[in-house]
This record gives sequence, C-alpha cells and structure tokens, in this order.
Amino acid sequence: MSGVGEAGRGGAESETSATGRPTPSARPDPTPAPPPIRQSTRLRPRLPAGLPHALLRWVVLGLAVAAWELAARVHGSVYFPPPGRIARHMYDLWFSGPVRHVFLTEAAVADILPSLGRMAAGFALAAVAGIALGVAVGRSRRAYALCNPVLQFARAVPPPALVPVFVVVFDFGTPMQIASIVFSAVWPVLINTAEGARNTDPLRLDVAAVLRLGPVERLRFLVLPSALPRIFAGLRLSLSLSLILMVFSELLPGTANGIGFTLTDAQTRSDLLTVWAALVLLGALGHLLNTGLLAVEKRLVGRGRATA
Amino acid sequence: MLRLDAVGQYYGDHPVLRDLSLTVPDGQLLCVVGPSGCGKSTLLRTVAGLLPAREGEVTVDGTPVTGVPDRLAVVFQDYGRSLYPWLTVRDNVALPLRRQGLGRAERRTEAERILERVGLDGAARRHPWQLSGGMQQRVAIARALVCRPSLLLMDEPFGSLDAQTREDLEDLLLEVHRTDGTTIVFVTHDIDESVYVGDRVVVLSPGPGSRVVLDLPVELPGRRDQIATRGLPEFVALRAEVGRAVRGG
Ligand SMILES: Nc1ncnc2c1ncn2[C@@H]1O[C@H](COP(=O)(O)OP(=O)(O)OP(=O)(O)O)[C@@H](O)[C@H]1O
Ligand SMILES: [Mg+2]
Repeated sequence: MSGVGEAGRGGAESETSATGRPTPSARPDPTPAPPPIRQSTRLRPRLPAGLPHALLRWVVLGLAVAAWELAARVHGSVYFPPPGRIARHMYDLWFSGPVRHVFLTEAAVADILPSLGRMAAGFALAAVAGIALGVAVGRSRRAYALCNPVLQFARAVPPPALVPVFVVVFDFGTPMQIASIVFSAVWPVLINTAEGARNTDPLRLDVAAVLRLGPVERLRFLVLPSALPRIFAGLRLSLSLSLILMVFSELLPGTANGIGFTLTDAQTRSDLLTVWAALVLLGALGHLLNTGLLAVEKRLVGRGRATA
Repeated sequence: MLRLDAVGQYYGDHPVLRDLSLTVPDGQLLCVVGPSGCGKSTLLRTVAGLLPAREGEVTVDGTPVTGVPDRLAVVFQDYGRSLYPWLTVRDNVALPLRRQGLGRAERRTEAERILERVGLDGAARRHPWQLSGGMQQRVAIARALVCRPSLLLMDEPFGSLDAQTREDLEDLLLEVHRTDGTTIVFVTHDIDESVYVGDRVVVLSPGPGSRVVLDLPVELPGRRDQIATRGLPEFVALRAEVGRAVRGG
C-alpha cells in the first residue's frame, strides 16, 4: 500500500508517482514559455547528431522563441504580445534598477523578494520537518504502520484546497501563505524519506550494530545517506509544490504584495503585458530553482549511487 | 574464549541449529564447514549477538552474549553490500574508531596504517565501488581489524573471489592470525580452504537442525604455504576426512 514503488535509486520514476503530478525536473527543459512553442520541441531528435546536446537545446529554444515572436507579430493580438516586448517589459519593470540593488527595481524588491522569501521559508520548513518526521516514521515499524494511512490521505488532498483552511486560521498575510506552502510541500518529502529510511539495507544495519554505531552515527552514516536519493525525489516534488502554493496563496484577495499579487493586479487593470511578464518570470524562477536543487543533488547523491 | 552451550536457533518454527555445543579457545582459528543452507551464517549471527539464541547459551570470555560483544568484529559474506558506498575506503575503515573517542586525525592515521597492512595504501581516498571484489574484501577485513578485535567472525569471506585473490587473502588472514593472536571463527563451504586455513575444522550436518558431525584438529608440519602445504600427505588425508563428513559418510 506504499504507492511509491521500490525506486530506491531515487530515479525519475518515483517522483511522478508520489503525488501523481509530473515535476519539471524530470527533463530539464530551458523553455519557460507557454504552449505555442511546445510543438517545435518535436524537432529535437531529428537535428544533426554532431552538435553537442547543450548547444542543441539553446538552438531549439532560440528557434522556438523566434517562432513565437514571428507568430505574435503577424497576428498582432494584444492578448499575445511578442516575447521581445515581454522581455523588454520585464526589464523595465524589475531589472533596470541601480547597480547597488543588483539591478533590481523597487517593484522587484517589493514583489519578487517577498514571494521568494515566503517560498524559501515554506520550503525550508517543509524540508526540515519532512526529513525529520520521515526518518522517525520510516525507522519505526510501528510508527510506519500507524502513520501510513494518514500520510496517504494527507497527500491525496489537492494542496490548494488547504489554503482556505489556513485563511480561516491565520487570516490573510505571510503566516497563512507560509503555512499553506509548508502543509502542501511537507508530504512528498515526508513520504519519500520514510520510504527511503524504511528500506535501509538490513545487512548494513547489521554492520552498524556490529560496529556499535550510536543512534546519531547510524543516522548520519547509514540511514540518511542511503535514503538520500529518495529524499531528493521528495524535495524536487516539494519544490514545485512550494512554487505553486506560493503563487496560489498570493492570488487570493487581501494579499498586499508578491508575484501572484502582481499577476491578479495586472489582470484587473487588463495589463496583459505584465501578466505575461509575471508568467515568464515564474517559469524562469521554477526552472532556476529546480536546476539549483538538481546541482545540489548531484553533488550529494552522485557518490555511492553506483552500488547504493 | 568462546563457548556455545546447547544452542538452538529457529526461524519461526523452522529449526536451523539444534543442540550445538562448541568451545573455541583463545587464539584458535576455527573453520566451520557445512553444506549451503545448513545454518553457518545463522551461527555467526548468533555469536555476534545479532540474533539472540532461542535455546542454550553463548558466552564470550564467560559473559553471556546479549548484545554485540565487546572487541568483536565481523566480515560479512556479501562485501559489496557490507561496505558503505557513500564513504571513501578510509572513512569506511575509520568508522568503527568513532566510538573509541579518537580525534579525526588519529582515526585517519589508524585507518591508513591498517589499509597499508592489507595492501591497500593506494586506495584510501577512493570509494568502495571503484575497487575490484578482492580489494573490497580487503577493505572489509581492514574495517574489521581496525579496532584490534579479540574475536573475529568471518562468513565465507573469500567465497566469490578468483583463485589467485583468494590465496592471497588466505595468506593475509594467516599472517594476521599469527601476529595478532586473534580468535577467529571462519565459515567456508570450501573443504580445501578450511584445512589450509584452520587450526581446527568443525563440520555441520545439513539442516534442518544442524549439529556438529566432525570436530577435527588440523596438525600440519611447518608454516602454511599455498603450494607445499597443499601437497602434503597429511593435508590430503585431512581434506579427505572433512570431505567425507560433509558428504555425510
Ligand atoms: N531471515 C530468515 N528467515 C527465515 N529463514 C531463514 C532466514 N535466514 C536464513 N533462513 C534459513 O535458515 C537456514 C540457514 O540459513 P543460513 O543463511 O544460516 O545458511 P548458511 O549455512 O549460511 O548457507 P550459505 O552457505 O548458503 O550461506 C536456511 O535454510 C535458510 O533458508
Ligand atoms: Mg551463509
């Protein structure tokens, strides 16, 4: 009844199953842009094989953006501005500030930073709590048996549905937003960590017993490292949930700032250019954060993967 | 001194060992031979305190075994899994030293000293999976020796190695035994190996409910040597005797 397979190697298979939602990390795709360009990615396997893969991806991205630009200009619709204008608008709006503010404008400081701060706080709390509880649940057979149904239930609740609960509990504002992120993002880490900790190789546990490792050392040198691939599979899911919940909790009335707020605010003013700019920004942020997490994972999990 | 007194061991209701009594004096290298599945690993797990004896009693130096005894080390059958792949060779070997309260630098020097002894000085900073099977087993032996155990349990340690590596490691084990005087219980299913390595060979009957069917002291003239010893008429005779016992003759 675990629902999360035997993917001890923390492969890409496990990350989709834990909440049934595919994550952007499965295939790092440098195209944080809306649907029209998707079709051109089909070209990818047919391009000449001599080009290095990384270069190829940038070429595809460039072509896609060019196609989008062209289509948007030809059509000339106000609802679908060309990417060049969106980029220009993003620059004016957020990235044309003074050097000593790392080029961030006041609008960026007022909207992007609070969003990122809430997301970072929510994700960090979810990660710490999820790993700690996950290890506790996974290492105790009884705790696992008792908690598993509750966990399966908790993760089956669509996370945005929790937000109204926190609105009632905390009222609007940062505590509500962080709580929404934490309570949505904690489940994938918790469940994956528990599963990883539970599947610690029994022979290696015997080794730890014979070496008389204390409980802390056993955790540090055995349980956590061997659960690490699973932990990261959970973290990747949690990261994308954090981003989703960050935006979602800012879409609600009563929010004072944030990227989500920018989005709804621009929408009420029919400022489509800003709406698109916020969308592109969110895509880029999601991609950057994911790439960062993957880099950390590669550093930590790379070692020992071969036999783990 | 290791003593097993009428030990019985079961998995559920399935008997694995029955009424097994055995005394291993200090400094002896005892080989335990028996067909696959007769309970050799179960016997070692019982002595190591990983599996409490269901019947009878195990004592080490007069103290009944309830948990893992002090100054005991184990080399497991499956070295690939028994090493921690996320640690370097040196950190694997240094791991048991943590509970002795040594500082980081001391642990490192000690680990490197023991790695040199097993012929792995070059591999300290590599990871176990980057090594050959024979080298991995050397790491496992180094990790077992680093705490200077007085009782060393080895579960078919050379079972899956090629002949040459195996002979090298047998000689390494004999050298360790000679210089440290460690009491060693060495499980193997290889009759030749048991006679070559052991001071004494014990043969278990096939399960379920294995018992000792032969308890044979190995007295061979001179120092053990892979070529000369195996050609001795005494060696051939002992091997035949153990072989007959294993086949139930
Ligand atoms: N965890 C377990 N649960 C149930 N039965 C077990 C378990 N471990 C071992 N057995 C059974 O106990 C018997 C003895 O197993 P053991 O591993 O001690 O044999 P062995 O002599 O070490 O064999 P081998 O030479 O193949 O390693 C076998 O019949 C095996 O099926
Ligand atoms: Mg065995």
